[in-house]
Amino acid sequence: TYFFFVFSITYTVSQCNISKCLNLSDQHPEAPPARADATFRVTMVPGDGVGPELMTAVKEVFKAGDVPVEFEEFHLSEVQNMASEEKLDQVLTSMKTNKVAMKGKIHTPMEFKGELASYEMRLRRKLDLFANVVHVNSLPGYSTRHNNLDLVIIREQTEGEYSSLEHESVTGVIECLKIITREKSRRIAKFAFDYATKKGRNKVTAVHKANIMKLADGLFLQSCAEIAQLYPKIQYENIIIDNCCMQLVQNPYQFDVLVMPNLYGNIIDNLAAGLVGGAGVVPGESYSAEYAVFETGARHPFAQAVGRNIANPTAMLLSASNMLRHLNLEYHSNMVSDAVKRVIKQGKVRTRDLGGYSTTSDFVRAVVENLRHRPAN
Amino acid sequence: IWYGHFLLPYLLNQILFSIALPQFLQLSLIQTVTLIPGDGIGPEISTAVMKIFEAAEAPIQWEERNVTAIQGPGGKWMIPPDAKESMDRNKIGLKGPLKTPIAAGHPSMNLLLRKTFDLYANVRPCVSIEGYKTPYSDVNLVTIRENTEGEYSGIEHVIVDGVVQSIKLITEQASQRIADYAFEYARNNQRASVTAVHKANIMRMSDGLFLRKCREAAEKHKDVKFTEMYLDTVCLNMVQDPTQFDVLVMPNLYGDILSDLCAGLIGGLGVTPSGNIGANGVAIFESVHGTAPDIAGKDMANPTALLLSAVMMLRHMGLHGHAKKIEAACFDTIRDEKVRTKDLGGNSKCSEFTEAICQRVRDMQ
Repeated sequence: TYFFFVFSITYTVSQCNISKCLNLSDQHPEAPPARADATFRVTMVPGDGVGPELMTAVKEVFKAGDVPVEFEEFHLSEVQNMASEEKLDQVLTSMKTNKVAMKGKIHTPMEFKGELASYEMRLRRKLDLFANVVHVNSLPGYSTRHNNLDLVIIREQTEGEYSSLEHESVTGVIECLKIITREKSRRIAKFAFDYATKKGRNKVTAVHKANIMKLADGLFLQSCAEIAQLYPKIQYENIIIDNCCMQLVQNPYQFDVLVMPNLYGNIIDNLAAGLVGGAGVVPGESYSAEYAVFETGARHPFAQAVGRNIANPTAMLLSASNMLRHLNLEYHSNMVSDAVKRVIKQGKVRTRDLGGYSTTSDFVRAVVENLRHRPAN
Repeated sequence: IWYGHFLLPYLLNQILFSIALPQFLQLSLIQTVTLIPGDGIGPEISTAVMKIFEAAEAPIQWEERNVTAIQGPGGKWMIPPDAKESMDRNKIGLKGPLKTPIAAGHPSMNLLLRKTFDLYANVRPCVSIEGYKTPYSDVNLVTIRENTEGEYSGIEHVIVDGVVQSIKLITEQASQRIADYAFEYARNNQRASVTAVHKANIMRMSDGLFLRKCREAAEKHKDVKFTEMYLDTVCLNMVQDPTQFDVLVMPNLYGDILSDLCAGLIGGLGVTPSGNIGANGVAIFESVHGTAPDIAGKDMANPTALLLSAVMMLRHMGLHGHAKKIEAACFDTIRDEKVRTKDLGGNSKCSEFTEAICQRVRDMQ
């Protein structure tokens, strides 16, 4: 029996520490509530604007739900002058140990001193977080102009238009370089098709502007087409970005998984978030080969809401739930997401962006209450 | 007799002002416009527009030209010289859809026209059509897009195999020109505010320059309100509440995307007008949809986009009365729902739709 105890504990702990790049298909939670015997350490970077408030909401919900996660906080901010190389290195070291992080938006001021790349970009590049996945899901109980939406937007995050390579050749003439490489295009295409396969999706659509940027987006399109041939079961299409935006507002149901370079991803992430309710309801995650960062889908600091207790924590809470699933804490993940969805469905407590009058704290309180009244499995 | 020396001037007066002058005025008021029917459904919808203008007795004379690219001396692709000469003379043009091949070969026709006449501003007013319901009502905004540089400079290189760089060019001169135009447009059309759309937090130098020029133009036009917004914020808010936007000014790529997004809000490219303003007073108004080769020649096309662009052209020329008449006739016909082309959800032919509008216009005279 002693040997059995030791073996079971080591086995559980070892299972808990495996990080996966992609989520496996859903596993059913065990009948008695599962209790992990180890606490997970997760890096947390609250960021600017309402980031700290949203992170507090996450911590409150986790405490109430007895979630075995411990956060290591780092306050990295460019606008508040709390950024420096050492801070960035600290965050990176913490990330490399923990492998999982939760992040708010680190705002980029428009004036730049020295480096053109913002801290967000540098963090992304150093950790090589090449894929940004935003799963746009209509919230049950909250209707918008387009209901029952279910799309996934996969965006290449490290190159493209965000190369930060700009120079002024002659006074008044500025060049900004957009870099597209075959290697990264293939990588993101493979990620998209792998994701589609794992999640049981039928179609992947590549978004591009190859009729105008023939070489750059042409290369991206070619890479996607090459990778598509390795996945015969998944339908592959492509669409031009301006037509895609038009179709998204007229008939968004024709899309399933969308894959695209950096800038188009930024536009479509925000567009799709707007279709289901705004920046406050859509969670997002960024993946690299070794790390996973969980954040909101549409990344805005929302500075005008700071201190007013009006921000909507739904996106951050759903993202936290995704993080728990990534850590294999299936039971706790479902507990948090079910509570949030139930509060939204009931419709009594809604923050201002969803048409209600509640504050962030009211919403968090409602979620915490719903945590206790979870249905027995 | 003392009133004798009044008689002659009186008679002359009568002749001049009641008979000769109106004829003279009418003659000089008929303006010639270059018409480029285009490919695919282009000829059908151009004929429809000409018929409607005739029914409305608009003082417009059409000069049809073809702009298929030809290779000039030195191997450089250009538009036929008679088309260029006609445009330079008339200054105003109306264009149907042109074929743009995706493969390389000769550059896109639209690009060629743009370069030839230096069409630096693309103006697309997006107004919700009363008779055609979309999930978004009360849209009333204008997108003004810089059309000559930016991401569409066409300067691309293969650095090494597998690495491509594409250059986005932003110049002070072009940014200033488009910013000034945007404020002029707002002033001339009684629009309250202009919003600059940019991504200066990421592309700090290039969009930073664009933004600076917009701010400078705002200083010169203090009667129009000026705001600036990030591109992603605009997209996010546009699909939630499009009524908060008025005039939007932006560089090339963002303009392309946003103008198509706004077209989608009001019902698609089949009902959206568009105008291109160039240097030297040249203005070409066009329909922005494709050539639709699958329905070409079958009398199924919807001429609304070209018609609304022609109405925009009339307004640009100062013929507001005719513009209002034709526009009202068009909207009433669509609202009526009896005669609608297939893309608007009906079953009628293009000719029936055109005839219905002509009838309404004649009834309004």
